[in-house]
Amino acid sequence: MSPRRTDTGGRIDRLKTIRFTFDGTAYTGHAGDTLASALLAKGVILLGRSFKYHRPRGLLTAGVEEPNALVTVLKGEVREPNIPATMVEIHDGLVAVSQNRFPSLAFDINAVNQLGGKLLSAGFYYKTFMGPVVGPLKGTRFWMFCEHFIRRAAGLGSAGSAKDTARYERMNAFCDVLVVGSGPAGLMAAKAASDQGARVILADLEPRLGGSANWTGETIDGAPAADWARRTVAQLEGRDNVRLLPRTTVWGYYDGNTLAALERVSDHKDQPGKGEPRHRHWAIRAKSVVLATGAFERPLVFPGNDRPGVMLAHAAERFANEFGVLPGQRIALFTNNDSAYRAAVALKKAGAAIAAIVDVRPEPSADMRELATEAGAELLAAHAVIATEGGRALSGLKLQRFDMSNGALNGEARSMHADCLLMSGGWSPTIHLASQAGARAEWDAARQAFLPPKPAQDGPVQRWIGAGAFTGSFSTAAAMAEGRAAGISAAGATNTPAALPVVDAVPGDPDPAPVFEIRASGKSFVDFQHDVTAEDVRLAHREGFVSVEHLKRYTTLGMATDQGKSSNIPGLAIMAEALGKPIPEVGTTRFRPPFAPVSIGSLAAERFGDLRPERLTPMHDWHLANGATMYSAGLWYRPMIYALAGETVEQAYVREARATRESAGIVDVSTLGKIAVQGPDAAEFLDRVYTNMFSTLAVGKARYGLMLREDGLAFDDGTTWRLGEQDFLMTTTTANAGKVMQHLEYFLDVIWPDLKVHVTSVTDEWAGAAIGGPKARQILATCVTGTAVGNATLPFMGIVRGRIADVPVMICRLSFSGEMAFEVYCGAGHSTHVWEALLDAGKPFGLVTYGLEALGTMRIEKGHVTGAEIDGRTTARDLHLDWMLSKKKPFIGSAMMDREGLIASERLELVGLIALDNRPLNGGAHIVEEVDEANPHDSIGHITACCYSPALGKYIALALVKGGKARRGTRAHVSDPLRGRFGPVEIVSNHFYDPDGNRMHG
Amino acid sequence: MLITCPYCGPRDVIEFTYQGDGNRARPEPASQNFEAWNAYVYDRLNPAGDHNEIWQHSGGCRAHLRVVRNTLTHEISSVTFVRGHHGSASRPEAEDRS
Amino acid sequence: MMAEYSALSLLANALKGNKDWKPAWRKPDPKASYDVIIIGGGGHGLSTAYYLAKEHGITNVAVLEKGWLGSGNVGRNTTAVRSNYLLPANTRFYEHSMKLWENLSHDLNYNVMFSQRGCLNLAHTPAQFDDYARRGNAMRHLGVDAELMTTAQIKRLIPALDVSDSARFPVVGGLMQRRAGTARHDAVAWGYARGADRRGVDIIENCEVTGFLRDGDRITGVTTSRGDIRAKKVAVSVAGSTGRVMRLAGIETMPIESHVLQAFVTESLKPFIDTVVTFGMGHFYLSQSDKGGLVYGGDIDGYNSYAQRGNLPVVDEVMSEMLALFPGLARVRMLRSWGGVCDMSMDGSPIITTGPLPGMYLNCGWCYGGFKATPASGWCFAWTIAKDEPHDLNASFTLDRFHRGLVIDDKGQGATPRLH
Repeated sequence: MSPRRTDTGGRIDRLKTIRFTFDGTAYTGHAGDTLASALLAKGVILLGRSFKYHRPRGLLTAGVEEPNALVTVLKGEVREPNIPATMVEIHDGLVAVSQNRFPSLAFDINAVNQLGGKLLSAGFYYKTFMGPVVGPLKGTRFWMFCEHFIRRAAGLGSAGSAKDTARYERMNAFCDVLVVGSGPAGLMAAKAASDQGARVILADLEPRLGGSANWTGETIDGAPAADWARRTVAQLEGRDNVRLLPRTTVWGYYDGNTLAALERVSDHKDQPGKGEPRHRHWAIRAKSVVLATGAFERPLVFPGNDRPGVMLAHAAERFANEFGVLPGQRIALFTNNDSAYRAAVALKKAGAAIAAIVDVRPEPSADMRELATEAGAELLAAHAVIATEGGRALSGLKLQRFDMSNGALNGEARSMHADCLLMSGGWSPTIHLASQAGARAEWDAARQAFLPPKPAQDGPVQRWIGAGAFTGSFSTAAAMAEGRAAGISAAGATNTPAALPVVDAVPGDPDPAPVFEIRASGKSFVDFQHDVTAEDVRLAHREGFVSVEHLKRYTTLGMATDQGKSSNIPGLAIMAEALGKPIPEVGTTRFRPPFAPVSIGSLAAERFGDLRPERLTPMHDWHLANGATMYSAGLWYRPMIYALAGETVEQAYVREARATRESAGIVDVSTLGKIAVQGPDAAEFLDRVYTNMFSTLAVGKARYGLMLREDGLAFDDGTTWRLGEQDFLMTTTTANAGKVMQHLEYFLDVIWPDLKVHVTSVTDEWAGAAIGGPKARQILATCVTGTAVGNATLPFMGIVRGRIADVPVMICRLSFSGEMAFEVYCGAGHSTHVWEALLDAGKPFGLVTYGLEALGTMRIEKGHVTGAEIDGRTTARDLHLDWMLSKKKPFIGSAMMDREGLIASERLELVGLIALDNRPLNGGAHIVEEVDEANPHDSIGHITACCYSPALGKYIALALVKGGKARRGTRAHVSDPLRGRFGPVEIVSNHFYDPDGNRMHG
Repeated sequence: MLITCPYCGPRDVIEFTYQGDGNRARPEPASQNFEAWNAYVYDRLNPAGDHNEIWQHSGGCRAHLRVVRNTLTHEISSVTFVRGHHGSASRPEAEDRS
Repeated sequence: MMAEYSALSLLANALKGNKDWKPAWRKPDPKASYDVIIIGGGGHGLSTAYYLAKEHGITNVAVLEKGWLGSGNVGRNTTAVRSNYLLPANTRFYEHSMKLWENLSHDLNYNVMFSQRGCLNLAHTPAQFDDYARRGNAMRHLGVDAELMTTAQIKRLIPALDVSDSARFPVVGGLMQRRAGTARHDAVAWGYARGADRRGVDIIENCEVTGFLRDGDRITGVTTSRGDIRAKKVAVSVAGSTGRVMRLAGIETMPIESHVLQAFVTESLKPFIDTVVTFGMGHFYLSQSDKGGLVYGGDIDGYNSYAQRGNLPVVDEVMSEMLALFPGLARVRMLRSWGGVCDMSMDGSPIITTGPLPGMYLNCGWCYGGFKATPASGWCFAWTIAKDEPHDLNASFTLDRFHRGLVIDDKGQGATPRLH
């Protein structure tokens, strides 16, 4: 005897056969099957192993809350672990494998853990493995040794390292009404809201819209409920103001009615359609939300309730009515409420024999007695199941008389043969999204469930309305009425009376008996996946872990992949009983996103494989075509060196720097931040922003400026050019361009709104090339038209406008390299043209292109600072830039820069270092007075930048050293234990080369 | 979280940069009141409840906005331009912008 | 005598059906007065109580917790423990913490599952590599372990990591602290609670402080939801709620902003990665728990919040950074997310000090580094409370350092808390 496919019925396409494999065995199913229903139809009952004890497990549910039947879906090398078989739609070529078992699902070595039994109770790990106090396994070693094996045994499926080739995308959507859940309540809500003209999105995590209408076997307006659902869906599909999202799990309720949803677009297809992503991540901003998310059925807790073949009553009903699969041929039911009777009748109709209905209640209603008779079932009132029998599949159960007033079992135990046991412990509304939105659930003693607060949340932050089983209204008729009212209200309309569809349903009282557990000997599972038993909950109680959060964390109840969807309430009930308190006093945990697990690929969406934009200078392609090795700097790519064949990095930059100092070199400086500062108060503004004066700067001149932060520490530096009385062009460092822009905007908008200044980022509008060296001026003279470039016209820090190769350019004579140098700016679109013209003009003079390494080398030789020195912890004084601190005016940071901590004598100050052993230095090496290679200590500073200096013929560095200025002329040592580099250095001024600036002044 | 920019309309929080406590009073530039400077730079009200704060619509019009937002619920009760003369500005109609 | 918790006691108890285990800590009613009241039953408050009792013999102590014990950030973090800081004041302090961690399970007779699986900071440019070298050398000069790793070594250590040149930010190397690792966060709270309880400390849950009792300027106790409680010394250890509690004492402003930090965990996986790893071109860190879930997080949401709930942009950003490092995880699923409220200080470093009012002691400003600090924070705070002066290790973690310009700014971001 085993499960089988029924001859008729279900919403599957029996004409379409689908082939797939599970654990290497080929199976067939029908279109519309899930992996769970297809395997069940083939009599495959054992689908997984539990987390801790590796117990054999079958299907508990038919839906998203499935804790047992988790599989890994394989797409070539790419693995998708931990997917409930109930959520996998079969398609041709589907390959699924079971998990957490070795060597096979049927025989799993780790099932030996079950023998640990009471030893492996809750809290086990906290109480041992502390290890010996002495010896080789002292400290953390013993634990780490044991942990190695514990980690191997833990975990479910495996993640792969092969890159997923699928595409993911994100969709931003706006709507008036988002309806979550497409059961009778959700469908009515969507219809009613769209009738009012509202823009509606209807999302459901199942592939088939209709929810419970697909499997309750009820009739609506005289037709099967499933047909009504199908008709209603078709009607909505035709409406322009409705978007239907099947296979879409709304998983997050964020601030401002932003809801996150995951649409599984093409998982169910052999091949995604053209341009189709695998998953789509929806961010939906809804004016209001209708939550019609239904309810989850609860298991009962009794010994052996986890044996394959024991499942929730509604799940069996679903398998039979929606998928045409009977989960057993001789079925018993065990319940504390009326809803299981409907399942019994449905399964009888589908062809199963119903052995018995075991009801904990002493007096089931006359209606239920009638249903039991209709199902052909023996009705055992005031009874309970106390054990199940069988190995890896159920073969029978044991019953005993049960007194629900005190939980006592009495009388003779009786055995019963059954290959399937269905249980129903009542229903818990799916309040997760409301809870995420901040709603506090209220315990309803009649429903024995936490219900969302009534009637509606109407705050300005989150705005949702509940309908259907979500609110505790478990009958279809009530759900439809609530759904319609919710839809109308969410659309901002008022209710208009009209006839509701007529529902013909089996009778049933929605209130269960308050029975959650049958206490008898044997393991009774509360959390199936994590193997948390009723005894574990009681142990937690004994040890004082009684608040719901402690219970959860101590026992891991509700922490599995199903996040306690079926186990939370039974666990809470057992704890409440142990405490002698009502359930609501134990509390309920606040649900957090996501409602159900979400693929990480979908959340990254387009950024998967494309994390950040790439910023390229307008000459980028030229650099690539001309042998540049590129360097990634923040988002930018910049040439590092232009190596000749066979050159090392050091050889290349030394050659480039040397050529620049001997004749001329050119470098792309387009990445520098550029900000147009314009307006009547622009000069005044710059005086406040920079430490030095800009109002005194003549038009046509540039000045080097330093900015501090409000706290008085150095922030950024750069040159600013006065192009007109009210028109400045500010340059910033590459790294701080965005920060400086925001800094300026903040002060203009918030602090000094009276200043008439406008700032505009023009970084991308201007391209820049710095050309420097003894021949630089001659080169410009040969190619610049419209202006002279001699000293008289273009003095140091002077600016001229002219043309190069017919392109208008701005030229400023300023120098970072320390040579006679010019920065040539032109419109970004013409930059390669200008760049090439400069190179042509320079060819006779030996002009070379140089990259960041040579740029860095020449700046170190000059002792200029960059971000390595302006690191957010240094002051102007530390960097010997105090000459730039104007005493004539206040500026940002001036009030704070002289606080005691910022003028202390032991601060790190900028110095130069020369390696006395003539060996390369390392960035990040530290400086010490005395070398101690074995136990490095007493660092007095560190190297911020270093290079081989072709100008000095030595290895040199810039460093920040404690009281560094006073140490000039003394010796110290580099201490770089990370790379084993130690050696003597001389501390010198940071201005190594041409300290008086004769070369750049020409 | 959505912030309704008075110029651009309701926009996702991702478009905005938080610029912190809007209660801080910057002393006059030449002020030598160091306590006031310290308070301005370092001390924060940090209330649990309504918070007066500055956001820049950095991914939009780049205006700085004064936002009153509840730090317990993230509910936003008011958004105005920090800069007074924007106060009367309203979003131009689409056809005017074309 | 058999230790209360050991393999033997487990066996003995199992044979008796686990009926004899005692509560991990008592549930006493508050007394009218104590020598020391500690406000905040989180990791730091509990470890403070433990070390007051153990190191200083002060056992007439109450820990007052508004909700359930450990409901704050000790139960909401990503469990990383490390001492790989740049600035000496921080490195020394966190290294002291590391040394306490290394013996903590023994000390508490409670397995906090501290596992020294290493913490690797990935570098993506030569300049960043040099930056990490500076930090690693700073650590080495203070006797803390640190080593640089090459890309090839990293690939061997973490096979799933994308170290290819085609990555947007290729890995050029990394800084490894082998002694760093992870611990079971809840166990730390429970272990300290039990340790303090067994030494006589009263741990009082569901006891919200509603105000301070004062004699002039001096703090003499607290008013609570369970009545007034007097104490010679009142210690505040409520990171995340510091602003709120200090306001009850009449202190309106603090050099702190409260920000929400989200954290995430995936479904359980078979062993995927052994170390803690951090991304250098964004803000992302990841490790794998013993249960198999990948535990990870990123940057704070970036605005003042006490709400313990984050928003979607940070979720999406964190996942994007995760896949930049581990492109094989696209089909793995995020199981749970949560938010913790962090005390973001003005320089990114904490405050452990006497004052600011007479009779008061303050421990706050942990940004998102509080978990690994738990042992040293309690140890230093207990010292400070017991001796009315800071230990050398927390001497620079003062409240007045901001005004005096003596900030300890490991990230160099200045007084912009959201950037620390």
